[in-house]
Amino acid sequence: MPEPSRTELLSVRNLKIEATSYPPGEPPKTVTLVEGVNFDVQKGKVLGLIGESGAGKSTIGLTALAYGRGGVRITGGEVRLNGQDLLKLDHTGIRKVRGAKVCYVAQSAAAAFNPAHRLGEQVIEASLKHGIMSRAEAEKRALYLFRVLGLPNPETFGERYPHQVSGGQLQRAMTAMALCPNPELIVFDEPTTALDVTTQIDVLAAIKHAIEETHTAAIYITHDLAVVAQITDDILVLRHGKMVEYGSVKQIIEAPTQEYTRALVNVRGTGREEAADQSGTLLKVDNVTAGYSNGFKVLQNVSLHLPKGQTLAVVGESGSGKSTLARVITGLLPPQEGTVSFDGKPLPRALKGRGNEELRRIQMIYQMADTAMNPRQTVRNIIGRPLTFYFGMHGRQKTERVKELLDQIEMGDRFLDRFPAELSGGQKQRVAIARALAARPELILCDEPTSALDPLVAEGILKLLLKLQEETRVSYMFITHDIAIVRAIADSVAVMHRGRLVRFGPKSKVLSPPFDDYTDLLLKSVPEMEIGWLEKVLKTRRMESAGN
Amino acid sequence: MRLRAIPLSAWIGIAGIALALFCAIFAPFIAPHGESEIVGEIWSPMGGEFLLGTDNLGRDLLSRLIFGARTTIFVALAATILSFSLGMLLSFIAAVTGGLIDQLFSRFNDLMMAIPTLIFALVVLAVLPQHLWILILVMAVLDSTRVYRIGRAVALDVAVMEFVEAARLRGEGTGWIIFREILPNTLSPLLAEFGLRFAFSILFLSTLSFLGLGIQPPAADWGGMVKDNKDGIIFGISAALVPGAAIALLTICINLVVDWLMKRTSSLKGGRGDA
Repeated sequence: MPEPSRTELLSVRNLKIEATSYPPGEPPKTVTLVEGVNFDVQKGKVLGLIGESGAGKSTIGLTALAYGRGGVRITGGEVRLNGQDLLKLDHTGIRKVRGAKVCYVAQSAAAAFNPAHRLGEQVIEASLKHGIMSRAEAEKRALYLFRVLGLPNPETFGERYPHQVSGGQLQRAMTAMALCPNPELIVFDEPTTALDVTTQIDVLAAIKHAIEETHTAAIYITHDLAVVAQITDDILVLRHGKMVEYGSVKQIIEAPTQEYTRALVNVRGTGREEAADQSGTLLKVDNVTAGYSNGFKVLQNVSLHLPKGQTLAVVGESGSGKSTLARVITGLLPPQEGTVSFDGKPLPRALKGRGNEELRRIQMIYQMADTAMNPRQTVRNIIGRPLTFYFGMHGRQKTERVKELLDQIEMGDRFLDRFPAELSGGQKQRVAIARALAARPELILCDEPTSALDPLVAEGILKLLLKLQEETRVSYMFITHDIAIVRAIADSVAVMHRGRLVRFGPKSKVLSPPFDDYTDLLLKSVPEMEIGWLEKVLKTRRMESAGN
Repeated sequence: MRLRAIPLSAWIGIAGIALALFCAIFAPFIAPHGESEIVGEIWSPMGGEFLLGTDNLGRDLLSRLIFGARTTIFVALAATILSFSLGMLLSFIAAVTGGLIDQLFSRFNDLMMAIPTLIFALVVLAVLPQHLWILILVMAVLDSTRVYRIGRAVALDVAVMEFVEAARLRGEGTGWIIFREILPNTLSPLLAEFGLRFAFSILFLSTLSFLGLGIQPPAADWGGMVKDNKDGIIFGISAALVPGAAIALLTICINLVVDWLMKRTSSLKGGRGDA
């Protein structure tokens, strides 16, 4: 632990944060969220806070503004900014710090901007309110920041409304807003998590460039170690509100001392070889075009196939039509042209025309296990229903099978009578997998089942899916935007872009050169756990600032 | 469910409802006098021979209150339950099927709501023969338009959730989707609405009685009793306030129980409810 010195901008000591929880039917309890956290941020340096959800990283980040989110109380320790303890300031004192000396960039810029006001006004608002600069100066600085952040048409960008720019641009506009009053410290709370990989890299580069240009210190919160490795000087690894490891980027990435950090660094270690024989066909999508009644075509002339017992990964950014492809296969969105055949027979186009046996053979797993399960049903009923529905199982036989399935997904029968709200994110996704398995399907459509989960939990789910494939010979169509997952589990890969199939074939072929433009861009955008990766990539790839 | 987990407020509500139901069921045995029996002076004060005094014709107020519980609770409860069954069924079908059926139901509902309820009820009740079941039916149908509105709104929210989509993909029928997937997730707002609608039913019944189309005299009902004794208020006689207070207390008791049920069901979702 470095001793506080002159160059320290922010130093946090012995931080303790508590909240009160209200379990139903019991008296309120005080819960300690964060305990014994110490760190420093030097002038002009960037500290990365990393950890899984619930680790307390956002809560700790917000203490730099002496702020506790709804019901959260900072109950101990000190937060010194330039030697002054922020926790001892009164209401007016803290208002002078927030938005002027310390600024905040939220995860969802779309939700953080007021849709009724122009971007320019919102970017300079804090500077004017705090009396830091005149309107003319503030506008000049905003223009400078728009340029630094690589926003298109910086002169007129401020005249637009939030809905008129893309998500990546909005995130950069928010960075400009935070940088405008010349703050000493900025707290970035997962600024790129909600963005596509190809957009994320541009935003990341822009943020890095801007904080270097303006010599601002920053706290960068994320759950992605590969991202944090590109942008920060020091890293603090958190778990369950406690410090796990604190050190320089180089030390954390190259020589982690703690078991948990090592697991985080090596998280993308799952992998397997593709199947040699990819000739059989279980699912065949032939020249499918689909869209909505207003004439907008989401999918155009998509053809692909998937052999039995293998995994097809469908990759693309949001809006590329990959989820729509799954909806067409399930019959939720009947195709306008083309056919979907299963096991050699064409499937009826719409859901209504399909029999129970056809429905049983294709199951689906969703991205958000929360909304994919009825919150009023117990695990027993959620997994048991397909058993009754497809196989007519009842009573003891059904309970036995449910227990068997719970064993298969590595959860015990003590979960039988729990409601979804009483499960963790990973457990929920496991139950959703068990529900799909209960139908003894031949194909499971997985719609980004791991993208809402923490890296270590996600890895557990992927391993489980691979294990289940070996046991039951089920095929997966795995929709994802994460190339690392594709490398880990796929036999064949389909790359989609704006509703069209750009590339399709065995994994080894698709992921090796020569590439088409889009696949090249996609592959180069995935952050790697390597210091200096961002600079290396940016040299070989033009900034797509206008597009994102 | 443990009895100790029930909060005090809910116990008060349960006790109040139990008392009202007890009066309604055993009215002939516990009432000191007959329902329409004239036993004393007009508007004699509380206490003394008659515990709550007498009404505008010299009938015992307590006895009429006990007998009134019968008609009031029965008619209001029957009308509310009926209107909820009808409104929820139609609204859920509309939300789940969508398209033409949704449009048809919703526009017809708009049409019904466009006509002022009271005038509609007056016309219909004046034309139809005066039977209790017709009264209940008319109240239920008119009230169900409000239930339909709320029901459709909450059901639409749930119907687009992925677990409903999952049920559709499984091949479940509309019945299962409505009763097993959507209904349990819409209970909280609908229960709250039930408590409110029940209170409105009592008031609506009183209004109708007041206009001479509700419960026909000499049968007692709480709303009608307020009307009978309203002139007394000018002379400082509180007889009208007694049935008024009974309506208020019953409404409060029902809402206390409904509040507790709502908290119980919403805590299942993992949220704090509104504790």
